[in-house]
Amino acid sequence: MKRNPYRSQKIAFALLLLATLLIIVPVGLIVVIIVQKGLPAINWQFLSDIPRQGMRAGGIFPAIVGTLYLVFGAILFALPIGLLAAIYLSEYSKENFMSRIIKLAIVNLAGVPSVVYGLFGLALFVVFFKFGASILSGSLTLGIMILPIIITTSREALESVPQSFREVSLSLGASKWQTIRHIVLPNAIPGVLTGTILGLGRAAGETAPILFTVAAFYLPQLPKSIFDQAMALPYHLYVISTQVPNVDEKVRYGTALVLLAMVLFMNLIAIIIRYKFRRKKKW
Amino acid sequence: MRKLKEFIVEKLILICGIASIFFVVLIFLFLLKEGLALFKFVKPLEFLFGKSWYPISEPPQLGILPLILGSLLVTLGAAVISIPIGVGCAIYIAEIAPARSKEVLKAGIELLAAIPSVVLGFIGMVTLVPLIKNLFHLPTGLTALSGSVMLAFMAMPTIVSIAEDALYSVPKSYKEGAFALGATHWQTIRRVLLPAASSGILAAVMLGIGRVIGETMAVMMITGNAAVIPQSILAPVRTLTATIAAEMGEAVVGSEHYFALFAIGIVLFIISFAINVTADLCLHKKR
Repeated sequence: MKRNPYRSQKIAFALLLLATLLIIVPVGLIVVIIVQKGLPAINWQFLSDIPRQGMRAGGIFPAIVGTLYLVFGAILFALPIGLLAAIYLSEYSKENFMSRIIKLAIVNLAGVPSVVYGLFGLALFVVFFKFGASILSGSLTLGIMILPIIITTSREALESVPQSFREVSLSLGASKWQTIRHIVLPNAIPGVLTGTILGLGRAAGETAPILFTVAAFYLPQLPKSIFDQAMALPYHLYVISTQVPNVDEKVRYGTALVLLAMVLFMNLIAIIIRYKFRRKKKW
Repeated sequence: MRKLKEFIVEKLILICGIASIFFVVLIFLFLLKEGLALFKFVKPLEFLFGKSWYPISEPPQLGILPLILGSLLVTLGAAVISIPIGVGCAIYIAEIAPARSKEVLKAGIELLAAIPSVVLGFIGMVTLVPLIKNLFHLPTGLTALSGSVMLAFMAMPTIVSIAEDALYSVPKSYKEGAFALGATHWQTIRRVLLPAASSGILAAVMLGIGRVIGETMAVMMITGNAAVIPQSILAPVRTLTATIAAEMGEAVVGSEHYFALFAIGIVLFIISFAINVTADLCLHKKR
């Protein structure tokens, strides 16, 4: 007996829809649960006070500040290198063995487990360069980690600038670097910005790379220099959910909400920039 | 003067261009520098296949077989869950979903990819762990299974987005040809699109699994951290990554324990390197 192809199509499509729902519904639930249970914890004191009573009360201000420092430091390091690397790949390199190897290296850099970045940061920055566990070590480690994101998105942005723009500029007597500087880069800025913000979001949420390079269990004051340790939001969430007993559920959810909001906010900005840019494109 | 400036800028660009290679090599060298010192104390085979991991006993026993098996078990579980669901979702988004809901679904997948792993670990602790404990009447819900479920969610965004790309890049004419021969949409997907996109889908699966093996925080928070050879998927386990993250804080710089954790780092680096190179070859074959 032959099976009815339309009936098997119906069954198959229903299963595929089910698979999709199995991903999308839990994602929605996760966000809803965190917002619902975390929102009551959020008030001015929670955002602006230091943790008190063994981190069971008070606020998370030092962790927020620490994360901002780390993210800023990581970008300061990764953006110039990443952008220039993207310029090299898009404007200078030819399709040869060398560019193939560079692309493979980028893929591998993106695939290195985050805890291995932590080990690397420990061995190179903390021990070898003797920076100690510090904001500097943590920022550099995070910076190398987000390098692939910045290179890949910036390169796409540069490559999407039409070839004719470059040809016109060169035919007017501009040099290669002048063309890149005044014609290609300004047109690629939104794409580069998108990549940078995505990198920021990634750096803000990662825990494993900062475990041994910067993160402090508890620090009642803010870091004073880049050679100080700092608290960080993701590590703080890890600490209060696993290392400190009897923390009020509300504090945990509140911390998770602040972290999630920070990361999603950055992603949202990136999406908006990308969307606007697509609509405004002149070519 | 301008020539000189331009010369310097171009050299700087070249240097940054090869920075990625430099960093990959640097990471590997520093792992080797700290990790290979272990083999003055322990033979490589004893390290890889030793059955007991007691790093602070005297003398320390540094066999990572239980950790490797822990990682494998959790990864296998996550693969079983995430591959069918992830590939199914990719097919749905690429082929079946109407244009409007497509954008929403893609945004949902991106949202999942953006959630920090420590937040997923936390959510797993408060929802999934008690659920599994009650469902199977276990003394603790911190099991390999909990880890597998949570990790499946981390692998899915990778699998979905790369597999969807692969399906999308199959030439339109293949599909039109199949339709013209009277095939239904599902027959076309199954017999034409999936085989044509197979190398891309394979790469998607591999990269998803690579993500799972390297995941650290969520796994450390919900798998129970018992460094013993796992007896079942409902028992607590400890993975390679979690071992490094949990123990490096206490290991004394320069001790055997410290070297051993770096040696685990070498193992992880080699695994992720192998997966990424193979996946990249798969993606390039397609073109």
